Amino acid sequence: MDALDRAILNTLQDGFPVCERPFRLVAAGLGISETTLIERLEALLAAGMLSRFGPLYHAERLGGAVLLAAMRVPTADLERVAALVNEFPEVAHNYARDHELNLWFVIATEHPARVPAVVTEIESVTGLKVYPFPKREEYFVGLRFEV
Amino acid sequence: MVGRIDSHDRAIILATQAGLPLVPRPYQAVADRLGLTAEEVMVRLRRLLALGVIRRIGAVPNHYALGYRANGMSVWDVPDERISAVGRQVGALSFVSHCYHRPRRLPEWPYNLFAMVHGRHRREVEQGVAAIAELLGGDHRGHAVLYSTRLYKKTGLRLRPPS
Repeated sequence: MDALDRAILNTLQDGFPVCERPFRLVAAGLGISETTLIERLEALLAAGMLSRFGPLYHAERLGGAVLLAAMRVPTADLERVAALVNEFPEVAHNYARDHELNLWFVIATEHPARVPAVVTEIESVTGLKVYPFPKREEYFVGLRFEV
Repeated sequence: MVGRIDSHDRAIILATQAGLPLVPRPYQAVADRLGLTAEEVMVRLRRLLALGVIRRIGAVPNHYALGYRANGMSVWDVPDERISAVGRQVGALSFVSHCYHRPRRLPEWPYNLFAMVHGRHRREVEQGVAAIAELLGGDHRGHAVLYSTRLYKKTGLRLRPPS
């Protein structure tokens, strides 16, 4: 990554215009050509420096539902239980964390009624209690990395 | 909220959720795939932005690839009557990516404020946690930092095309 890549990343984290030639507009601000900007973006995506480029959707405002939940899993059983949890297509993230509550996962679904059902089904297939941590209030989501 | 999203909006979401086409006229390219005009796609995208259905359009950096390899889920016990005020302050810190009020699960879980802290290494995460503790001051009645030790799954919510 050179200085231009960093400038592109920093600029495009803030947003991208909705207009006929958005790349040309952003490129002009960076003092480069539209073609150069598109080529750099293709390379940053191919190299994995960018996870994606485009609109970021808000699951709940799309009518979906998201729930963070945790379980207390005996250490020897962690891999097996994590695999059982992963089998649910509604489970979007699943992490082991260094705490008594040691398995943390996120249920994300287009169908809010599926959330309590998935919780019950996970308890049933694992034989373990699921601790739901629903969001009461959201203060911030996002992160701006100066690179 | 879903009632405000019609079938054209949904088609635009499906066509863009993996990313925008990297061509000089990306909205025209989306419109061509859907049989709409570029103007209609842009009007709808602006409306979805205004409704907050789209958080933003832009680049999502891979923080791990960019060197931010450490993250800790910091959780705090703060007085309920103070949480909205302090939650906004903690959420405004540059190294915090997600900040939420969530319920306690007493007796085993006294924490009601969750803040995900990122850093290039664990020491930076610890510095971030110390900064939050200082900001909370007397509203800080206890905290824990949960580091991830294994990643078992990471995907996003994806709308499925109508079957």
